[in-house]
Amino acid sequence: MSEKELGQKWDRCLADCAVKIGTGLGVGIVFSVVFFKRRTLPITFCTGLGLGMAYSNCQNDFKSHYVLHSTIAK
Amino acid sequence: MLRVCWKGARAAARQCVCAKVTGQPLQHCRRYTTAGESGSTAGKIVAASLLTVGGGVSGTILYAKWDPKFRANVEKSIPYSDQLFEMALGPPPPPLVPLQKKPAKLEPLQISSLSEASKESKQPKAKAKKSDPAPLAAVEEAPAPPAPKTFEEASAEAAHIISALSEVPSVPAPGTSDETAPEPPVPASPAEECKECSHPEPVLKERSADEVTARLAQQDKAEHDALMALTAGLEETLGSTAKVTLQSIGAQEVALTAIAAHTNKIKEAMDSQTPPDKKSSQWRELNEAMSERTRAVDEAGEALLKAKEELEKLRSVINYAKGSKIHAARPQILAAEENLHNMIVDLDAVVTKVQNAQTEATIVSQYSELVNEAKVQFQKELASITPEIQANWKGLTGKLSADDLNALIAHAHRRIDQLNRELAEQRVREQIHIETALEQQKLENKKAVERAVISALEHSHEDMRLEQEKKMEEVREVMEAEMRTQLRRQAAAHTDHLRDVLKVQEQELREEALEILNSKVMEQETRYRRLTQEQLDTFTLDMNSAYARLKGIEEAIDSHVIAEQEARKAHHLWLSVEALNYTLRSAGADSPTEPLDGAVCAIKERCAENEFAQALAGAIPDESLSRGIYSEASLRARFYDIRRLARRVALIDETRNSLYQYFLSYLQAVLLFEREQEAPPTKLRPEDLHTFKLLAYATYSIERGDLELAAKFVNQLRGESRRVAQDWLKEARLTLETKQVISLLSAYANATGLGTTQAP
Repeated sequence: MSEKELGQKWDRCLADCAVKIGTGLGVGIVFSVVFFKRRTLPITFCTGLGLGMAYSNCQNDFKSHYVLHSTIAK
Repeated sequence: MLRVCWKGARAAARQCVCAKVTGQPLQHCRRYTTAGESGSTAGKIVAASLLTVGGGVSGTILYAKWDPKFRANVEKSIPYSDQLFEMALGPPPPPLVPLQKKPAKLEPLQISSLSEASKESKQPKAKAKKSDPAPLAAVEEAPAPPAPKTFEEASAEAAHIISALSEVPSVPAPGTSDETAPEPPVPASPAEECKECSHPEPVLKERSADEVTARLAQQDKAEHDALMALTAGLEETLGSTAKVTLQSIGAQEVALTAIAAHTNKIKEAMDSQTPPDKKSSQWRELNEAMSERTRAVDEAGEALLKAKEELEKLRSVINYAKGSKIHAARPQILAAEENLHNMIVDLDAVVTKVQNAQTEATIVSQYSELVNEAKVQFQKELASITPEIQANWKGLTGKLSADDLNALIAHAHRRIDQLNRELAEQRVREQIHIETALEQQKLENKKAVERAVISALEHSHEDMRLEQEKKMEEVREVMEAEMRTQLRRQAAAHTDHLRDVLKVQEQELREEALEILNSKVMEQETRYRRLTQEQLDTFTLDMNSAYARLKGIEEAIDSHVIAEQEARKAHHLWLSVEALNYTLRSAGADSPTEPLDGAVCAIKERCAENEFAQALAGAIPDESLSRGIYSEASLRARFYDIRRLARRVALIDETRNSLYQYFLSYLQAVLLFEREQEAPPTKLRPEDLHTFKLLAYATYSIERGDLELAAKFVNQLRGESRRVAQDWLKEARLTLETKQVISLLSAYANATGLGTTQAP
């Protein structure tokens, strides 16, 4: 169903977002703990990385339909 | 606009309130005032109106009582006023009839009215009451019909009545001049009475022929009877009158002779040459004669009176007979009149003779008286002169002395002188007396002559009249005889003519009858032939028609067979289409229907030879065949999801599809308020083609059950909204297609079914 597609997309998006933000958070926490003396910088940075990746993913996902695919004519 | 409204409302409210406030006190006042004065004013008004109305009504009634014309007018113009008047005044007076006083007075004396009807109706009554004296009967039976009569008629009637009253012997109802039926004093036959009793109404309708003949016969009989009665009466009266007249004439003649004898006797007695001894006997005879004469004269007078009475009676009978107008009696009447006349003439002659004799006798008696008187005087004188000498001095001639003689002679001389003087005087006077007597005599003669002339004229007049009537009678008889001969001749001619005419007519009629007979016979023959021919024709016609009908029936049956086959096929088709429709209904809420494959195959099988059906069945999309289609309800429900989603992603299309755009789109969807449903216009404008408007139109359409239009609107979506609605659209398209085909099929099946079941 075409109408479910959007929902699915959002689900994927949110799931991905959660994963990525979680992962980012985790990595950030690890990094901040391991490498950066418990500064919040790596946390926020990695969270932000995660969020950004998620956002980008979401966007790409939503845009996927409209992206023009080109092929090189041989 | 709001302010205007608010102002208007305020103004209205103010008006209302003011009106209420101001209205109430006025009403209060009005009510107060009317309440205060209502009693007296209303009462006055009511009383005044009642008075006026009552006065008007009573005035009208009084005037109507006085003037009946006004009453009639009012009754005519106002509907129920006649009842009111009747209650108040009694029934209206009868319409005035212009009768005058005299006829009203005379009516009770009428014996009969002028109309024949009452005369006829009274005839039986008159005949029944014949015994009563006529005037009383007339008075009793006068119903006095109030027919308006003129004064002349009434007076004529009065004259009739008076004349009728004078004719005492049974005279019922004298009629008018046109009397055809004389009322005979004979009892009418009961048949006549009954007949006339049964015609009381105005008898101006014709009587039937036998009635007429009967009446005529009765009339003749009545006439005859009347004639007999009249003649009998006439003869009787004639006889009696003649007898009495003869008696009187005899008496008169006796009187005449008595008078003559008496006169002679007196003359003889005057004659002094009779011897004295016969004087006394003479005087006695004279007295006898005188008494006889008086007696005879009296008798004659009585007889004359009687004769005159009888003559009057006879005259009245003759007049009555004349009045009854029976022609057959005329000669007798004439004869009676003649006799009457003769008798009158004789009587008059004898009476004149007697009168003459009487005058002579008076003269003679006067003379005798004078003579006697002179004698007595002379004797007295003589006695005075010679007292001692007695009456009879003739026997004393010897005893007289000279003195006596001388005295006697002197006396005689004196007497003579005196007588001479008297004589001279008398002569002179005589002359005068004679002249006067002559003149008197002349006068009397003239009178007598006149009387004689008049009576002679009358007699001659009567004679002439009688002669004339006799002549008339003769002429009439002659004429009658001639007329009878002529009539006989005419009758003979008429019978001859009739005989000839009858012969000719017989011929003609015979020929005519033969002709008619022939024509009728021919007619009958032709009719018979025609009827037989008609029968044959009808029979052949019937046979032909029956044969044709049979043929027709066979054809019809054959065609029916064909039609039935067609009908069966159509029925099959219809059934299969119905089955297809039924499968359509098997769609659940979200699940599609059963695959339509089965039903469509069934259709294809059933209608193998029906190209149209085959084509249509082939036109159904495969998807619906294999998978089935969604129902409209599920599509509808799904649409709302689509709608929501489409609203949310309204801004997203190929150019805008970042997440931020998604966020904006979502924000727009949340903040944009619009009508959920909007009626789509007939013509779409370009600015209508944005998502929200389209969705509104589509919602409206789908709510009204128009899936097609909704699909059309959804088809106009662009961008992400379209992508979202894609599947729905596809499903909708599928459903619509299938439904279209199926509806076509069912319509076709219905049409064929209808076409075959209703045979042309």
